[in-house]
Amino acid sequence: MEPIAVFGGPYGNHLALRAVLEDAVGRGAGAIYCLGDLGGFGPRPGAMAPLLEEFEVIAVAGNYDRALAQRRPDCGCGYTHPKDNEYARIAYAYTDARASERDRGWMGRLPESLRLLRGGRRYLLCHGSPRQTNEFLWESASSDAFLERLARDAGADQILCTHTGLHWQRELPHGARIVNVGAIGRPANDGLRAAWYAWFAADRHDAQFVPVPYDAEAVAAEMDGEGLPPAFGDTIRTGWWTTCLEILPAKERARGRW
Amino acid sequence: MSAPAAIPIAVVPTVPLLALDTVWFQVAGTLCNLTCSHCFITCGPTNRRHAMMSRAETRPYLDEARALGVRDFYFTGGEPFLNRELHSILEDALAMAPSTVLTNATLIDAAEASRLRALEQESRYSLEVRVSLDGLDPASNDALRGEGSFAGALTGLRELSRAGFDPIVTVAQTWSDGDDAALRARFHDTLRDVGLARPRVKVLPMFRVGREANRSGGYGSRERLTPEHLLGFDMQKLQCSTSRMVTSRGVYVCPILIDSEDARLGPTLRASLRSFPLAHGACHTCWATGATCRN
Repeated sequence: MEPIAVFGGPYGNHLALRAVLEDAVGRGAGAIYCLGDLGGFGPRPGAMAPLLEEFEVIAVAGNYDRALAQRRPDCGCGYTHPKDNEYARIAYAYTDARASERDRGWMGRLPESLRLLRGGRRYLLCHGSPRQTNEFLWESASSDAFLERLARDAGADQILCTHTGLHWQRELPHGARIVNVGAIGRPANDGLRAAWYAWFAADRHDAQFVPVPYDAEAVAAEMDGEGLPPAFGDTIRTGWWTTCLEILPAKERARGRW
Repeated sequence: MSAPAAIPIAVVPTVPLLALDTVWFQVAGTLCNLTCSHCFITCGPTNRRHAMMSRAETRPYLDEARALGVRDFYFTGGEPFLNRELHSILEDALAMAPSTVLTNATLIDAAEASRLRALEQESRYSLEVRVSLDGLDPASNDALRGEGSFAGALTGLRELSRAGFDPIVTVAQTWSDGDDAALRARFHDTLRDVGLARPRVKVLPMFRVGREANRSGGYGSRERLTPEHLLGFDMQKLQCSTSRMVTSRGVYVCPILIDSEDARLGPTLRASLRSFPLAHGACHTCWATGATCRN
């Protein structure tokens, strides 16, 4: 069973993406997977696809990638609060304006999900949940019963997902495991200027979450230079989320600064 | 000559149950210490149409919901904090799934807030507390919710905040469309002023049933859904496609329609796992506004 690296949401953060890819290669990853949302939030959405190709990353589509490929009017992130949607609109307009035809075509060819047989376990890799690309699977808002239903309905022993931007994992009572690999383009609302990804060691099905430092100040300065909202740069600089907070469940919200 | 084909009259579209993600409990029945003039299920101190639910009554439904793969629970009334067994019911629920309790907060003091906090901290799941408030000052709020309810709610909100909660304040949209964002911002400011570090505000549309029908006139006969309304419509946006409501009288399609006998789908959750005809004016409101009673 070879080790694999799995990450979510590069969000146009090219320095975080490169740092994670180099870290995974340095650890001897047999394969590297990206769970979608190449653009949004960060300053260099166009740099994502070339980097993924350079490192032979296998990717599934996020809601952002689907939205750009299909020229939808919004990102389809699934936010419900007007404050969250206000910032989501800014990030999407910025990314949409910079998406080339090649980018859109590339994103349009990404699959909804991927299945792997790894060490006898059926892995399902998806963006939000196995049933819905933009479903948020938060740690404190997802019951065991619900996650077991998702795994059973999907015929999976192991669900790897992202979309929330916060990493967590849980072994379920009947043996299935859910791993939300988090996102690398935005810090994990933990005060650390790092990109977190999931590492599955050669003999393991549980994830080791790896924080990779990168030049956050350089990325934040680029974002400021691009005219993105100062709040976006503040998130990168401080490690604390400043936008799209209303969607957070109580426990996740309480852990952050804002 | 053959008879002309009958002209089809009102064809009612139905909503399938796509998944049972959310289960609501009318845990206080229709009993409430307030008598709000816009209450869509006419709750008050003497309305016993739906009774208070005990721990022993809720437990089988919680277990059934878990077996069906439920994602989260909601507890409402009436006023849930009138229910003496609320804490033990929440304890059962939080052992299984994330939970939300809806309240007018007038009965929440420091001791109550810290008991809730202890329950929340013992669980791996989030406990959300949602507080109804319908105005930015006593005059506008109390006109709908009754004298003293603004001061009572603010006291409750402060205690919840002191105990470590970020309560969600639910506001019924009693104003006309258009000034939504400005009013939200004013609610945020007011709540910050009373000491809430991270105000969260949810706006719900008015459902013109129950006592609200007397206040505003109820639904017109044309405010009904037809199959045309649902062409290309994403059924997942209707909360009745993913949730059910449990009361002392059985399982209903949603929290809004518990006074409609045709919305009672059976005695158990399993019996309620079927489609529902969207025949009510309130169904039109959900369709038109995209409203969900969820957080």
